[in-house]
Amino acid sequence: MSETMLKVDGINVYYGNIHALHDISFTVNKGEIVTLIGANGAGKSTNLKTISGLLRTKTGDIVFKDKSIKTMAPHKIVGQGLAHVPEGRRIFLRMTVQENLEMGAYTQPASTIAPNLELVYEHFPRLKERSRQIAGTLSGGEQQMLAMGRAMMTGADMLLLDEPSMGLAPIMVQEIFNIIQRLNEQGMTILLVEQNAQMALSVASRAYVLETGRITLQGDADSLLHNPAVRKAYLGG
Amino acid sequence: MSNFFSQLINGLQLGSIYALVALGYSMVYGIILLLNFAHGDIIMIGAYTSWIVMAKMGLPPVAAIFATVIVCTLLGVFIEKVAYTPLRSAPRISLLITAIGISYFLEYGAQLIWGASAQVIPSYYNVAPISIGGVKISFTAILTIAVSVVSMIALALLVQKTKVGKAMRAVSEDTGAAQLMGINVNATISFTFAIGSALAGIGSVLYCCQYAQATPTMGSMLGLKAFVAAVLGGIGSIPGAMVGGFAIGIAECFVSAIGLSVWKDAVVFAILIVVLLVKPAGLLGRQLQEKV
Repeated sequence: MSETMLKVDGINVYYGNIHALHDISFTVNKGEIVTLIGANGAGKSTNLKTISGLLRTKTGDIVFKDKSIKTMAPHKIVGQGLAHVPEGRRIFLRMTVQENLEMGAYTQPASTIAPNLELVYEHFPRLKERSRQIAGTLSGGEQQMLAMGRAMMTGADMLLLDEPSMGLAPIMVQEIFNIIQRLNEQGMTILLVEQNAQMALSVASRAYVLETGRITLQGDADSLLHNPAVRKAYLGG
Repeated sequence: MSNFFSQLINGLQLGSIYALVALGYSMVYGIILLLNFAHGDIIMIGAYTSWIVMAKMGLPPVAAIFATVIVCTLLGVFIEKVAYTPLRSAPRISLLITAIGISYFLEYGAQLIWGASAQVIPSYYNVAPISIGGVKISFTAILTIAVSVVSMIALALLVQKTKVGKAMRAVSEDTGAAQLMGINVNATISFTFAIGSALAGIGSVLYCCQYAQATPTMGSMLGLKAFVAAVLGGIGSIPGAMVGGFAIGIAECFVSAIGLSVWKDAVVFAILIVVLLVKPAGLLGRQLQEKV
């Protein structure tokens, strides 16, 4: 039995009166890639935002590395080793690439910045070439790389990735997923939210299917990839 | 020519103070999109602090200067904590109305405590004017310009180079993303108020060096003109606040110099109208754009 890294246990999240997540429970084990798939508005991003503390659950618990983070402030959760790469990347467009990466290291001691920066540049050589460039001038794919690199700078051992393929050219989508796999092989635990179910299931070990705020299916990524209902709903038949 | 030069010095002196106050408006707007109309009244409280420390308590000017800057800084943070923090998720108009309310509260509170008539602030120092090329320049003018420029350089370094400065820029660009970097947003906002209010405190001392009296409404016109300076430079932009402050100060002094001194306030607000019509983002402001 592998070690549980993140345990989401019976959370219910509301936007005002709208009940967005219904009794969601799932786990992510150390070293896994787990994916949440589902249509637009199913509650995928809401899940990630609740885990990283941007939204609050009314019930249940969220446990990361045996510690409840349910009521912890977002800036404290980052310090626990859990980094959220938000939808739409949300990089600091007016700062340079390197400044963005340094912002990621905000909670880290100064001595770790240089080696971590080297590590990120190793994964993303393109960011190194553009380190002095203003982030707003990067292409969409490069911005996604920067958002992921910035999250790595927090010293995280688990990443929450929200729609990393959104708005990218197919070749760039492939590259981003290759990087996700490579990060995972080097020990990074990843919770991946994707509309591109095909890509997500091909890199994940397990998956949960979300429909209107409820988990309706779960299992090995492989078996879901071949599940007729999933194929029909999310993989185009 | 020497008249031109001395008016320019006057303009720079006045402009320095506008710039220091405008920075507070602009930084706070940059970080929480609030036009903090109570900002000018912090200068007024600063002036009364100087008066109390020197005239009432009989302490030396150095003590008054420190007390003024400290009181202004603490007051700015206190207002933020008590009045603005509870409204963080309220509509922006509620925040704006609250700011106007705080402004009236401070003005009429001061009037209640210290009366409506002006209190004379003892002079901080006594130095004879300096003559450069036949033009006499007051020591106050030189001091004001020098202290302002040094303060602005220090602020620019703080924002560009330090960790807390980078946190301020990050929060001002994207509060949610800043939180995800581990930045304590509440602490960063408080820090921004502290810096803006400390600059207002410095502005208060420099203003009182020139106009040595405290009245309950003295911060209102000064604050409004500094606000115009911030809009002219581009609200939210730190270099813009500096440029806007000097521009408004110089404009005001030259209008007086050509004999239209009764119009000097009107000219400032005419500049505001023109900026809003022609270039609403200001001289150095970013074009307003929707995030996609």
